[in-house]
Amino acid sequence: MNIPEDRQYTREHEWILVDDGIATIGVTDFAQSELGDIVFIELPDVGDVMSADDTVATIEAVKTVADLFTPFPGKVVEVNERLAEDPDLVNRDPYGEGWIVRIEVDGEGEVGDLLEAAEYNSLVEEEGAD
Amino acid sequence: MPIPLLFEIARGRSADHLPATERPEEEIARSIPGKFRREGPLPIPEVAELDLARHVERLAKRNHYIEKDIYPLGSCTMKYNPKVHEKVAADGRIAALHPLLPEKHVQGALGLLVELEESLTAITGMDGFTLQPAAGAHGEFTAMKMIDAFYRKKGERRIKVITPDSAHGTNPASVRRVGFEAVEVKSNERGELSIRRLEEVADESTAALMLTLPNTLGLFETQLSRIMEIMHGVGAQVYLDGANMNALLGLIRPGDVGFDVMHCNVHKTFATPHGGGGPGAGPVGVKEHLLPFLPSPRPERREGGFRWGGASLDSIGPVHSFWGNFGVLLKAYAYIRHLGAAGLVEVQRHAVLNANYLRKRIEKEYPVPYERRAMHEFVSSALRFRSAGVHGADIGKRLLDFGFYAPTIAFPLIVKEALMIEPTETESLETIDRFADALLEIAREIAEEPETVRSAPHTTAIRRVNESLASRKPVLRWTGAAPPRWTSPPLVV
Repeated sequence: MNIPEDRQYTREHEWILVDDGIATIGVTDFAQSELGDIVFIELPDVGDVMSADDTVATIEAVKTVADLFTPFPGKVVEVNERLAEDPDLVNRDPYGEGWIVRIEVDGEGEVGDLLEAAEYNSLVEEEGAD
Repeated sequence: MPIPLLFEIARGRSADHLPATERPEEEIARSIPGKFRREGPLPIPEVAELDLARHVERLAKRNHYIEKDIYPLGSCTMKYNPKVHEKVAADGRIAALHPLLPEKHVQGALGLLVELEESLTAITGMDGFTLQPAAGAHGEFTAMKMIDAFYRKKGERRIKVITPDSAHGTNPASVRRVGFEAVEVKSNERGELSIRRLEEVADESTAALMLTLPNTLGLFETQLSRIMEIMHGVGAQVYLDGANMNALLGLIRPGDVGFDVMHCNVHKTFATPHGGGGPGAGPVGVKEHLLPFLPSPRPERREGGFRWGGASLDSIGPVHSFWGNFGVLLKAYAYIRHLGAAGLVEVQRHAVLNANYLRKRIEKEYPVPYERRAMHEFVSSALRFRSAGVHGADIGKRLLDFGFYAPTIAFPLIVKEALMIEPTETESLETIDRFADALLEIAREIAEEPETVRSAPHTTAIRRVNESLASRKPVLRWTGAAPPRWTSPPLVV
């Protein structure tokens, strides 16, 4: 399972890459393989203000639907417009072109309890063993 | 080979033979105001009656239906329903009734509704029913509206409704539709509602708990009385999603074990073949404290007959026009009267026996993660076949080659590679054995020739469809062939 070490993870199988106060959020390789073929992603509007644990996007796959949460409060500054035409970018390149939203992290906000790659790896191994 | 569409076989023949009009067509056309007159022909295809009959037959032959073989679609209760109930519902003396006929002309039909309400009340132990809701989710919505009205009347502000993660997906949707907040509670390792987590979220702002019983894993909640204590302890209502009533008939009465409000899907439990979008009916039963909030009007007995009652001031009002889905209610009535109390108990026993027999026969190859006696259905996991590159969906498709319908796959979400199987009460031992044999044969194929399963189905008219493409780039309008040749030129005056 591909789990890059340059970023952090959540227990909901999302990856977070923070750069200069802007957090890019996507789903992990494990998440996309569990979801199967993704057919539609409902994105937020740029400018939407989110609280921690709010749903920022909804991911529809052939067999199921999953929410994408933001682990911290902030404002949506960019969404991946390409996903409207090519939702399967998330399947093909979950850590790269398949990113989903960018959020300007609220300066006061706690970045919360994120997992490092190794910790996330053990979480996936645990779940995969179910 | 694809079956041509009616548009493609239309050749200017017609199945319609109206007698000639006595007055000239121009005169009739002139009697219709110009703005309502169509200038061209209707863009619908017409074919001769024989061609139409053959078209429908060709489609039917490629379909799966209960008369063909077992339909083990978990959660849906795709059982066989005796044809006599269809016959009764199709009787012209009933089917042609108009809902605006005066009460005195429809005493029989009104009486039937009253007696059906009384039967459902007796079967469930509730204190009263509304027959209006058109299906299960509509019943959930109706119940949530009543609960909302109940607390408004009491002057209590309750904002959240608890839905377990093993609930039907419609539950949280109905909750939100009424304006409550849906709070999900995870199941425990036994596949039941977690008492610890329930205690954490249940408080004075909780309006209700929606419980599916048996739950979507086909399991009975063994902590039911504790659940009732917790919810009633904070003054909240307990709602039963009664979609799985075939597992409970004659075994427990929800009203006796603490449920305040429930719906049942008469189109699952009581004799309407369902699937394909309806129609259904989702009557909602309530205990005494919720009676004033039932939708209006309600049919009622009075001396010497039946009538539509007036509305209670607290009623949430009508949720369906006139009589609800009367034909479906009629079939439910016929089914209940046909089987009687003893027959309904047999329904329950066979639903549970059949599911557990099948579970035992296949569980070595298709393990059941929550290994307990199931009720009317059970959920196996195909996770162990992933190493062979085979998923639950592949097993479902391979079953089509054996002439069976597939189980529900990928639901409930709490089981990976779920295969949700409900043989239903109407299948015989021999049929269930044939179905189990097919599943065991597929397990052997996965071990020895997995490609056969991965590329299934092989024998159906349409082979494996590209579901992702169908969802990503849906073709919603037919644009195939040349426009059909019309029967007659447009009527222009």
